Amino acid sequence: MMTTVVIQTIARVVVPFLQLFGLYIIVHGPVSPGGGFQGGVIVGASMILLALSYDLSSAETKVSHKVRIAMDSTGALLFAGMGLLCLLVGGVFLEYGIIPLPMAPAEVRGLMILLVGVAIGIHIMALAASLFLHLAEEHDT
Amino acid sequence: MGIFEFILMSFLILLAIAVVFVRDLLAATVVFLVYSLIMAIVFTQLKAPDVALTEAAVGAGITTLLFIVTIAKTTRREEDD
Repeated sequence: MMTTVVIQTIARVVVPFLQLFGLYIIVHGPVSPGGGFQGGVIVGASMILLALSYDLSSAETKVSHKVRIAMDSTGALLFAGMGLLCLLVGGVFLEYGIIPLPMAPAEVRGLMILLVGVAIGIHIMALAASLFLHLAEEHDT
Repeated sequence: MGIFEFILMSFLILLAIAVVFVRDLLAATVVFLVYSLIMAIVFTQLKAPDVALTEAAVGAGITTLLFIVTIAKTTRREEDD
């Protein structure tokens, strides 16, 4: 792919802000528009921007295949684990209010919604980057 | 329905027809990108900022990039039959 110094410099400046914006959307998911999915897609798009403005191999060194697989699995397992935690303490799947923490049930619910959002965010940011990087990588045909 | 919504909706229909009839696949992808962005504005008008954010990030960002990579791997012109 053809890139120039202008594109690379702009990408280097934009990517941190893009990732910060994505993390803001994930963490503010319970109280404002957005959430794990939207923020995760934005952080994944920043990795795609890196791959587009430099080349695929440099993006591959930043977020390698193993890292992406690990993030993907971690997010999914965290989400399932939080659902199953509610089953363990005697509720139904993802029934947050029943978890015995020294807080009001509403606060426990808010905290768990935030944590589930973070888990979904980790899952989706690896997935969005993987979609692009696997499609764009060169295959020996 | 205000004049702004009328313009948005007619533009949306125009783009949806255009994306089918454009022969250049890269141009069709860009038209589809504009369609997604207009759709995001419509969703904010309908007081659904969550959906608008998803549409702007996925519809305009990820989908367009995947289409462009696919075009780069295949051919840009649609073949006549």
